Amino acid sequence: MKLEKGIPLIDQHDENGYWGGKFGGNQIAESLNYPIEELTREFQKLRNDETFIAERDYYFKNFVGAPTPFIKLDNLTKHLGGAQIYCKLVSKATGGAHKAYNAVVHSLICKRLGKTYIGGDTGAGYAGKMLSMAAAKFNLKCKIFMGAKDVERQSINVFSMRSYGAEVVPVNSGSQTLVDAVSECMRWWTSENEEAHMCVGSTVGPTIFVKICAWSTAQISREMKKQVMDEFGEVPKDMKLINCVGGGSSAAGFWNEWIDYDNIELIGVEAGGPEGSSKHAAPLTNDSPIGVLHGATQYVIQDDQGEIEETDSISAGLDYPGVSPLHCFLKETGRARYTSASDEEAIEAFQLVSKNEGFVSPSLEPSHAFAEAIKIAPKLSKDTIIVVDSCGDSAKDSKIIAERLGYKI
Amino acid sequence: MTSSTLIKSFERAKEDNRAALLTYTVGGDPDKKTSLNIFKSIAESGADIIECGLGHGANIGDGGAIQDSTYRALSGGIKTDDIFEIIVDFKKDYATDVIIMTYQNKIMAYGEEDFLKKCISSKVSGIICVDWPWPLNLDFAKKCKENNIVFIQLLCPTTNEGRLKSILNDAHEVVYYISMLSTTGQKLKVSSDEIKKRFNLIKKISPDKKCIIGFGITADTINDFKDTDACVVGSALCREITRSIDEELNPATNVGNMVTDLKQKLSS
Ligand SMILES: Cc1ncc(COP(=O)(O)O)c(C=O)c1O
Repeated sequence: MKLEKGIPLIDQHDENGYWGGKFGGNQIAESLNYPIEELTREFQKLRNDETFIAERDYYFKNFVGAPTPFIKLDNLTKHLGGAQIYCKLVSKATGGAHKAYNAVVHSLICKRLGKTYIGGDTGAGYAGKMLSMAAAKFNLKCKIFMGAKDVERQSINVFSMRSYGAEVVPVNSGSQTLVDAVSECMRWWTSENEEAHMCVGSTVGPTIFVKICAWSTAQISREMKKQVMDEFGEVPKDMKLINCVGGGSSAAGFWNEWIDYDNIELIGVEAGGPEGSSKHAAPLTNDSPIGVLHGATQYVIQDDQGEIEETDSISAGLDYPGVSPLHCFLKETGRARYTSASDEEAIEAFQLVSKNEGFVSPSLEPSHAFAEAIKIAPKLSKDTIIVVDSCGDSAKDSKIIAERLGYKI
Repeated sequence: MTSSTLIKSFERAKEDNRAALLTYTVGGDPDKKTSLNIFKSIAESGADIIECGLGHGANIGDGGAIQDSTYRALSGGIKTDDIFEIIVDFKKDYATDVIIMTYQNKIMAYGEEDFLKKCISSKVSGIICVDWPWPLNLDFAKKCKENNIVFIQLLCPTTNEGRLKSILNDAHEVVYYISMLSTTGQKLKVSSDEIKKRFNLIKKISPDKKCIIGFGITADTINDFKDTDACVVGSALCREITRSIDEELNPATNVGNMVTDLKQKLSS
């Protein structure tokens, strides 16, 4: 399996949609074949359409608020005493996370397809919140599928979705988390695909959804590349980019422009779950078996019967048993390294970063990425640059974190 | 061997001037023993072919009724080998053909080769895999063919004519027409006439292939499909199992009664 240089990662799949001949694909019911072919054709056309690109950029700049800040975390750097730590503050994107990019692009595509109804899945609630936000702006009827457990624990984002006029459907099957929300959303689309468009909230699902999502979040590294050049005058010799990985959309976007730079280390951090628990949501870190989930072949946490196993993470956004075929490919080719952080490490990281930096208050998902930075930074020299993608804001997690730390809000 | 008995089941129904009746229930629902009794009862009530679901929790094609059945089987600890054991026990006493309907990850986790071997030794006649579309399924389908097991290709209302022809060209003796865009168990949202129009198109392209019609068929509509090759009733039966359990009645008896009624409606 080989990574090609000079070809976008999203285009390095074969004619059946498999990266490395093995990960991804369209393992879907026949009823989804037509809408997926239609969407594939439309996206191929739109990504080469200057007016579409201009429209995308207009909304990214003026509504999502691009570029998001690229800042040095001086206090944290001093505290840890090793590598210099920077942060791409993607949580400044309108709505508070990177999910805005994919939501805007899917809403624009929905309009181009002549459809007025859009549906999507959500875990942490950011994907659902941003899709509802964009749908309101673009006059689309919107339906969001969310695991019942997540509706409960991410109620702040559910409030937003409802304010934007979306219908939130709690999913009561299985573990009542993201995996079940995505299944239910795909079932809904199987019935409604003639009238409605589907937005998959991360770089998972059939190949075209992986591509559209990563193409959208690529905005993060596109704007960051300029910021890095402004800051250092060149691409630093020793740079490490750390990102949390649930489905993998944030990491894919944060790394996209840097994949051809071999000297830049890409580190993905999965959810290790509660300390001592075996229900990690870390299929890459733990070499889970390869299987088919939500239409694509990937490493997926499952038992010997092919049943998807329940995962447990304090972070709803990372609580997913599968992972993007893009990351399976990056792991298999050795381009990226994957590790995990526990719930406890994430909470500690949240505290340390918030206390030291004030302006940066990562949600539980990027707190996993910070946990890894905190682990490795002290061992590195000051010539090493670590950049952490702080892709979500902690407001949505305030209840969970406060409870953990023993106070009421 | 098995593939030819499957064809005979269709032909026998045709001699009766009706479509073949297929049932779908989830193997192991609510437990191994009851599930076997349900299959026996279905066979005795006159179903021509039994579709046995090898349920998958993360399915993307099943509606509520079948999801409930799947959940009951899986949470009762049913494993793929249990399903094969049910089929083996059933086939000891009954000649009715059994088709396995499942999802790709179940086959992958078992191992393709082992899965096929087990199908052969359990006298399974055919395999339907919901999320393994043409042409990705062709290698596996070929292996099925070599072992006299019919791999049943799926078609749907939005399968365009070019694709339809290609799939039919590669298909084995039996194909399955998904009557509407939906998961299982929803109300029929297209007219029976429209479904039959597509059925006739399929038959025009491939007169020799048997075409099963499925999704949304209940006792109310089944008679409309009398003149086709075959139709499946699934969710209604799964719902009947749920109701029987809830009301502490015998699911095998009740499902059997329902099949008798369906058969009668299909024959009248
Ligand atoms: C802030 C944040 N980060 C990360 C994730 C994980 O998703 P992904 O790996 O696709 O970025 C989520 C998902 O909901 C999220 O809300």
